[in-house]
Amino acid sequence: MPEASEAKVRLAAVNQNPASARDLLRIVIVGHVDHGKSTLVGRMFHDTGSLPDGKYESIKAMCERRGVPFEWAFLMDALQAERDQGITIDTSQIWFKTDARDYTIIDAPGHKEFLKNMITGAAQSDAALLIIDAAEGVREQSRRHGYLLHLLGIRQVAVAVNKMDLIDYEKDQFDLIEQEYRDYLTSIGVTPTFVIPVSARQGDFIVNESDKMPWYKGPTIVKALDSFMPNASPIDRPLRFPVQDIYKFDHRRIIAGRIEEGRFSVGDEIVFSPSNKKAKVKSIEYWSTIPGHQAPTEAVAGQCVGITLDEQIFVERGELISHVENPPIETDVFRARIFWLGHEPMTKGKSYRIKLGTLEAPVTVQSIESIIDTSDLSNTSSNAVERNQVAEVVLRARRMLALDEFNEAPKTGRFVLIDKYDIAGGGIISMEGYADQRELITSRSTNITRVEHGVTTEQRTFRNGHKGGVLWFTGLSGAGKSTVAVALEQKLFEKGYNVYVLDGDNVRHGLNANLSFSPEDRAENIRRVGEVAALFARAGVIVITSFISPYRSDRDRAREASGKDFHEIYVNADVATCEARDPKGLYKKARAGEIKDFTGISAPYEAPEAPEMVIDTSSMPVDESVAMLVNYVETKFKV
Amino acid sequence: MDRLDQLESQSIFIFREAFNRIENIAMLWSLGKDSNVMIWLARKAFFGHVPFPVMHVDTEKKFPEMYEFRDRYAAEWNLNFIRELCPPIEEIDDTLPPAARSAARKTAGLKKAIEKHKFNALFAGIRRDEEATRAKERVFSPRGATGQWDFKDQPPEFWDQFKTDFPPGTHIRVHPLLHWTEIDIWLYTLREQIPTIPLYFAQDGKRYRSLGDKDITSPVASTATSIEEIIEELRTTRISERSGRAMDHESEDAFERLRADGYL
Repeated sequence: MPEASEAKVRLAAVNQNPASARDLLRIVIVGHVDHGKSTLVGRMFHDTGSLPDGKYESIKAMCERRGVPFEWAFLMDALQAERDQGITIDTSQIWFKTDARDYTIIDAPGHKEFLKNMITGAAQSDAALLIIDAAEGVREQSRRHGYLLHLLGIRQVAVAVNKMDLIDYEKDQFDLIEQEYRDYLTSIGVTPTFVIPVSARQGDFIVNESDKMPWYKGPTIVKALDSFMPNASPIDRPLRFPVQDIYKFDHRRIIAGRIEEGRFSVGDEIVFSPSNKKAKVKSIEYWSTIPGHQAPTEAVAGQCVGITLDEQIFVERGELISHVENPPIETDVFRARIFWLGHEPMTKGKSYRIKLGTLEAPVTVQSIESIIDTSDLSNTSSNAVERNQVAEVVLRARRMLALDEFNEAPKTGRFVLIDKYDIAGGGIISMEGYADQRELITSRSTNITRVEHGVTTEQRTFRNGHKGGVLWFTGLSGAGKSTVAVALEQKLFEKGYNVYVLDGDNVRHGLNANLSFSPEDRAENIRRVGEVAALFARAGVIVITSFISPYRSDRDRAREASGKDFHEIYVNADVATCEARDPKGLYKKARAGEIKDFTGISAPYEAPEAPEMVIDTSSMPVDESVAMLVNYVETKFKV
Repeated sequence: MDRLDQLESQSIFIFREAFNRIENIAMLWSLGKDSNVMIWLARKAFFGHVPFPVMHVDTEKKFPEMYEFRDRYAAEWNLNFIRELCPPIEEIDDTLPPAARSAARKTAGLKKAIEKHKFNALFAGIRRDEEATRAKERVFSPRGATGQWDFKDQPPEFWDQFKTDFPPGTHIRVHPLLHWTEIDIWLYTLREQIPTIPLYFAQDGKRYRSLGDKDITSPVASTATSIEEIIEELRTTRISERSGRAMDHESEDAFERLRADGYL
């Protein structure tokens, strides 16, 4: 009789539902293998009376059947293979409650081999409990797990120094471990809220206090957990709302997604990145059978919603909705700190698919900056990131991506990489050394109509006796760009060419006097030079530009401005050669830290992938380089 | 957002992700409290629509109240409903203990149905708190060509980035309720006024906590005659939810074996 039950339900709802949901906190328990994670969980359940009837007896029976001493690990190690081998393979969850709230306890494997499972478990938690064996002290996985928790964005951490009974509850040894581990955590930016001496086997300071450590004045594990807070929804931050799907089940065209940060209201003007299309929110769609429920007019972070727009614009899954103020960064290159889980190592030059929120796009590993040793935080260089390693890399996409720096907006500042069919790694984004390209691609004035010239390109070429175009020199400071450019200008002029050099220092005295050397201003500097060079070229002049122009995206934009008349010349010399030359004494200053963001020293140089010509100035004299270029111009620029 | 809002939002996100990334997906409807909540959440996710088939793999041994419920709400909720039958018990591995063998019939029926309809993926309403091997499940859980679960090497799953790319021939189980608990299901059923099969309420001092086949499901002692009373009971009970499901208890690894072979 479903009618009867339904009637009953409705009646109960009318009578004010007394059964309200309790708060829930998700805690992950991590630590080196055999440091006592499972025992601690077992003890916590036992001492709070949370075990189901018969569970203790059934674990005891399992242990007897296997002829091993009683083992709490069997509470969560559900798989036969885990019980037989005595190790936790996969992450598991179990539920218990205190007077304060409900808990989901997430057990994460401590064995290095199962790092992907540890991450799977840990990433779901609000807070973490790290366990260290008092007798063994801080071990490799204790540090690695601490490091990864930080990477995963978990900020509430307590440390349990377990097995205090094995060191006779000695304060001195506890102090040493606490100091060592606190120092490590502090160095990676984590402040543990509590460091608690416990014995899971004996039950000291798990649920109940104990008289065995009168020197310890802090809380028990359970009290410490109760003091943690569930992660608050970031509703007061700038809006970040990735488009998950577009539905057209009926007359409505609904844009669906989850609000990751911030909030919006009906009527707000929003922008989709990276397409940069704008529209106003017409409605927030909603389905409910509860009588009297009305469609909301505001939505906040954490909610899955659907909206309709005031005008029909074409947008797709993967775009990131924000307000017009405080939009996300747009870039095709960024720096990332990654953890690698793939069976195949990550290698420089290899392509993967990135999943960034709901967006998927191909990316290439432009460089592997360093491998980070999570035990001592030292860096080493390598051409490959092996499974379970942490590294700093630079990734490049073939298209513009909308994203944030992880430190600013964690949910839109993190991503995973897919190798073939598998999630092979995760990472967090930093834009250090790279510019937000939004301004460069969006600041186009409207209401402009190009004036038609009465003089054609052919007429100009005919009068000048050669075509116009851009010879774009790129290379490190000291590579010889200006030297070669000036010598080439001289030679071409003598041969009757209309030629002019645009040089970095000169342009910065005038046209670009208002720009600094920050990544954003460098990008703008190059954008202006690219546009000016394109005008020169259209006027029929051969313009030689001499700029470091370290970013590929900037040069690509300059190429776009000039089209087929653009010739990229890579003036190549390695950092050591350039530093030895150091004509302006800049390398010296950069090494001394007097110049920030100096290309080749403290900022990246992205070598061209397919330049029209490479000039190796470390092995070739200037006149030879010039001769090569004159030859190039004579073939490419002839009528 | 309170706890139920958060649970609901997470489930909607999972539904939408699977619907967008996977072609040819259907939902399993076991007629129990969990899969009723699951259908409800799908209607929320897709603004009143359930844009994929809803399939009942029928052992023909359910309670009459369950069939009545199915027929009524398949129509009322405007579901694209599919019913598939399980093969006879004689075709099932006879080395399994009796109740597990009976449950394995359902797995066999499921595999047949998947093959027939060429479903690449199924939504299933399992929860982590039901049973210890389910606690180790992924939200997007790949199965081999013959439906088996490789629980020793599951894909990583974090930051709500699910595994959505598979070599041809892989079958995927999607679990939108994995993070819910039994109490959550009842709290939500109450809040949303979701219709409920009366077998869950106590009659003559007994009620069903979990509904399966008639012959391998038994009621537990209870006086709870309303959802509020069920919630009250669950807050204090120390009896596990599936204690009335015979196949879980025949041997230590009976359920793990069932699940490895493709059981829910």
